[in-house]
Amino acid sequence: MEICRQNDQIEISELDPFLAELLRQIPASTNPDGVSAAEQRLFSSPTNGKEPELRAEWKAYVEPELRRLFQSATEMVATDLQQLNGDEKSLANRTLRIPAKHADAWLSALNQARLVIAAKNDFTETELSDHFRSPIGSRRDLSLFQINFYGFLQEFILRELDH
Amino acid sequence: MSAIADSLFELRASYGSLSAMSRERRRGVGCRAQSKETEGTTHVLDEPGSVTTAEPTQETDSEEDIDLPWQVVVHNDPVNLMSYVTMVFQRVFGYPREKAERHMLEVHQKGRSILWAGMREPAELYVQQLHGYLLLATLEKVS
Repeated sequence: MEICRQNDQIEISELDPFLAELLRQIPASTNPDGVSAAEQRLFSSPTNGKEPELRAEWKAYVEPELRRLFQSATEMVATDLQQLNGDEKSLANRTLRIPAKHADAWLSALNQARLVIAAKNDFTETELSDHFRSPIGSRRDLSLFQINFYGFLQEFILRELDH
Repeated sequence: MSAIADSLFELRASYGSLSAMSRERRRGVGCRAQSKETEGTTHVLDEPGSVTTAEPTQETDSEEDIDLPWQVVVHNDPVNLMSYVTMVFQRVFGYPREKAERHMLEVHQKGRSILWAGMREPAELYVQQLHGYLLLATLEKVS
């Protein structure tokens, strides 16, 4: 896989089918799927437990807006990912081009996905720091690889935003 | 400006008015009790322990209405990238990179950092923006 900035686009080329599939999983991975730990992480408390009134107002007025914000980012990413649709059985490498103006949406969706996957799997800090774990061992290892891969993409997008 | 940035702006605008509405509801009156002389006054605690601005106030509201400083606190999260957290602090608070990194490291090493302190309404808006970036942020009354 290669990733580089091409004018006003971020280009991810030489994507093998495995990595392309991980990218296609981003929108679905942002869904807490009813797992309360994941839901609570996306919509965390705005107080340290001492302001019940504020918390109630937050739930009523701010959370719906946050949901809308997160969803709009995920939808934008899903639209970009349509480039990877096609012959699912093809083993040919793919290229994904992300418009630079979509960078914020990608940062948000990647972050949502990483947080939700981490919450669902209840990863420890030690596990999250292990960037060299094989993705082939188990479903849990694959989830950890997914978090690290999405983190790598975030790092690249952040670096490009910095320039 | 990207669509997500537009959404953040809308979110900020809508919650700003909701916050004012809810404060009015708490006061039990149909209009804002705050006088023009005190509107926009901010008690800024730029660094923990040092209030840099404190405008005199002519308000004679009840004790409940006196808007004591509130802190915007960001808590450690092992998932969010350090570079991402630094960028968020720069964007939300307009801090230079060095200061943003200092706060990010404080969060990482000590578990929390006070990013800002002042009046409740802007503090709520900051927390709201930080949640929009998926950081663990809380609003806490200065004790």
